[in-house]
Amino acid sequence: MIEVTNLHKGFNGEKILKGITTTFDRGKTNLIIGTSGSGKTVFLKCLLGLFTPEQGAISYDGSTYSELPEQQQRDLREQMGMVFQGSALFDSMTVEENVMFPLMMFTKQKKDEMLERVYEVLNRVNLENANNKLPSEISGGMQKRVAIARAIVTRPKYLFCDEPNSGLDPRTAIVIDNLIKEITEEYDIITVINTHDMNSVMEIGEKIVFLKNGYLEWEGDKSQIFKTDNKAVTDFVYSSNLFKKVRDAQIKGL
Amino acid sequence: MFYLDDIGRYFLMLKGVFSRMTKGSVIRNLIFKEIDDLIIGSLGITVFLAFFIGAVVAIQTALNLTSPLIPKKLIAFASRQSVILEFAPTFISVIMAGKVGSFITSSIGTMRVTEQIDALEVMGINSLNYLVFPKVIAMLMYPFVIAIAMFTGIFGAYIAGVYGGFISSSEFLTGLREEFIPYHLVYAFIKTFLYSFLLATIPSFHGYYMKGGALEVGKASTSAFVWTTVVIIISNYVLTQLLLS
Repeated sequence: MIEVTNLHKGFNGEKILKGITTTFDRGKTNLIIGTSGSGKTVFLKCLLGLFTPEQGAISYDGSTYSELPEQQQRDLREQMGMVFQGSALFDSMTVEENVMFPLMMFTKQKKDEMLERVYEVLNRVNLENANNKLPSEISGGMQKRVAIARAIVTRPKYLFCDEPNSGLDPRTAIVIDNLIKEITEEYDIITVINTHDMNSVMEIGEKIVFLKNGYLEWEGDKSQIFKTDNKAVTDFVYSSNLFKKVRDAQIKGL
Repeated sequence: MFYLDDIGRYFLMLKGVFSRMTKGSVIRNLIFKEIDDLIIGSLGITVFLAFFIGAVVAIQTALNLTSPLIPKKLIAFASRQSVILEFAPTFISVIMAGKVGSFITSSIGTMRVTEQIDALEVMGINSLNYLVFPKVIAMLMYPFVIAIAMFTGIFGAYIAGVYGGFISSSEFLTGLREEFIPYHLVYAFIKTFLYSFLLATIPSFHGYYMKGGALEVGKASTSAFVWTTVVIIISNYVLTQLLLS
């Protein structure tokens, strides 16, 4: 379990995160949602250890990150996988080399063993026949699959995704969502996804944390988000015309 | 204050470059790749420039020697001194600040923009060591480039002097050996070693700490070229004062 306690973070005197307290459970897809500028990305980067909180603590399965010695912090980071918004694949490396990269850096496996694992995860994300292609030669959806494969190749305990559906068509977005959910359950990892895509919330939102202006405004699951009276949440959810029409239809009993 | 802040961050970056080393087998491959990109890839333009710089120095010297009392062999002597002391180490390095420097800044800057550096950090990799250290090591080969530039520059001077009808071949070879001081080569290579370090680290600094998008990558490349050139010129003055005065 990841436990966040009274997390504060700011830049140049401006407070971005204002006392966030929540938990993220193992084997579940946890979503951080909110409008642009609500502090989602800063929160995710704090969880990743890229930003140091000004106040508060984040603990991973009982180990508080800020209290760990530097070497143990690095060891903990090696247990984290990350899927970036723009995939962040190394553009000078092929798909195969990208996925093999964490294995080369952190294991003493022979090349054959590494390749075996690479093929296994590429197969798991349904990506075949692209091993020797460069990231620029494959589609956005395929790049996301490679990014997921790279994130899980070392069998991490924690998976973080920053807007994994960004720039994808709705159908591919659903495929990526479901892939992340399946991997979360299969590998029994803690997955935290930063998104503002309501389709993702509907598909995989087992726990949802809603941020507004740096505060944790609401938390619940996908069945509760449509029943809440919290105005900020309903404004966010029903900012989409589609959801607005669904709600109106429900009210009219259609 | 702004410049002091940048200077401070530059030295902190250097500390980061030489700490928490990346796995040996990985860094070895990166060094070979950087040698190919930064050193081998610069040989062509260096040879081309050095040849013509040497040729122009010889012609300019010849055209300014109007007095019959001054021996023609001075053309070779002046060309050798100019090429070895300044044109090969300093002039070529300023050009390399444009070629190698902008390549380093734009490649690291693009990695910053596309979150590839964040990806390295998340994996627990010291991104400064991974990205900059191989460049610093690869640039240790830079003095070889300058040695080739010296040879080519003097060869250019020979071709322009002899085939331009300014000096005979034997006079040129005599002048070339005239009052040769080996310490001048030492001085030139001390400068070159310092420049190689500056050429690897200053553009890396501008790329690594850039913020923004594609436009800012371009601005960072320009800024890297300007600052690398400024630091090379200033350190040239300081080293000349220290080593030759």
